[in-house]
Amino acid sequence: MVPALNESGAIGRVVDEIRSFDPSIDVVVVDDASTDETASVAEAHGAIVLRLPFNVGIGGAVQTGFRYALEHGYDLAVRLDGDGQHDASELSKLLEPLERGEADLVIGSRFVDPGGSYRPPFARLVGIRVFARLVSILGGQRVTDTTSGFLALDRAGIELFAVEYPHDYPEVEATLVALRSGLRLSQVQVEMRERESGSSSITFVRSLYYIVKVMLALLVASLRRYPRLEGVRR
Amino acid sequence: MTPVRVSVVGAAASLLLLLVVLELVRGRRLKERYALLWLATGVVLLVLSAWRDGLNTIAGWLGVTSYPPAVLFAVATLFILLVLLHYSTVISKLTDDNVDLAQRIALLEERIGRARPTEPPARAD
Repeated sequence: MVPALNESGAIGRVVDEIRSFDPSIDVVVVDDASTDETASVAEAHGAIVLRLPFNVGIGGAVQTGFRYALEHGYDLAVRLDGDGQHDASELSKLLEPLERGEADLVIGSRFVDPGGSYRPPFARLVGIRVFARLVSILGGQRVTDTTSGFLALDRAGIELFAVEYPHDYPEVEATLVALRSGLRLSQVQVEMRERESGSSSITFVRSLYYIVKVMLALLVASLRRYPRLEGVRR
Repeated sequence: MTPVRVSVVGAAASLLLLLVVLELVRGRRLKERYALLWLATGVVLLVLSAWRDGLNTIAGWLGVTSYPPAVLFAVATLFILLVLLHYSTVISKLTDDNVDLAQRIALLEERIGRARPTEPPARAD
């Protein structure tokens, strides 16, 4: 499941890499109303393409993929970014805990292993750390990377995120919602590559909105009650 | 100087606004995105109500010498205008999106109709 916005330069290789990792995987690209050739490139490389009629934001796009997985009865779903920063050859790491039945949600984290190579700019690192600490406290489990877009879900996770997923800047809040809903979360170390093309959707101007919105969302999510998911597990 | 009673009532009203907005978000009747401006309104009005010297100073800057609480009303009005303007932009986008959706449904229905020219026979249950 690959959300993509104007990634025609990278999406072909992303799809190819997933298919060469395991040809039996159905690759679903959710095109969030790109103005370039993202959708047709993805289709040409053999992906199932869901075209959103207008831009709904990353969270809404990702949730489209979860709903697709829910509707078509998939037991496992992986989400990775359309810009090529996630390495599909690391998919097995994310899928192992799910296949062993030890987790419902596996997050590819850049910070499990302190020796990891990801070195973000200082301000971003502080932000990542603060959100990770907050989610850890509110969710009751240590989380190292709440802003990662590389994750894998089992059926219980798909069922949760298909109905419960924030629409903009979703990752931090979604992690807390997962914990509060009783999903078993596990983290594996992944490396992230430099962007191949396009630019990060988080610009400096939007950072303030990002921080305030996520803080409010975390506050509110910790005040809400979420139905526990024990019952739906296989 | 601002009458104490005005400060107390102003602060209480701002607090009430903040609590109502938070409760609406918690109950999913208001999205975070649309709550932020309301929260900013509540915080600014709360600060101006509780911080009496500050309100006086700002009133002085603005040339409001006879009755500082007038600044409270002015700021509240300004924020209401901002919220309304924000909503106008939101409604404009929703209108465009809605037209887009309607057009896409029309095109899809036409395509489905062409793929299945005759109605399938009614199932006998």
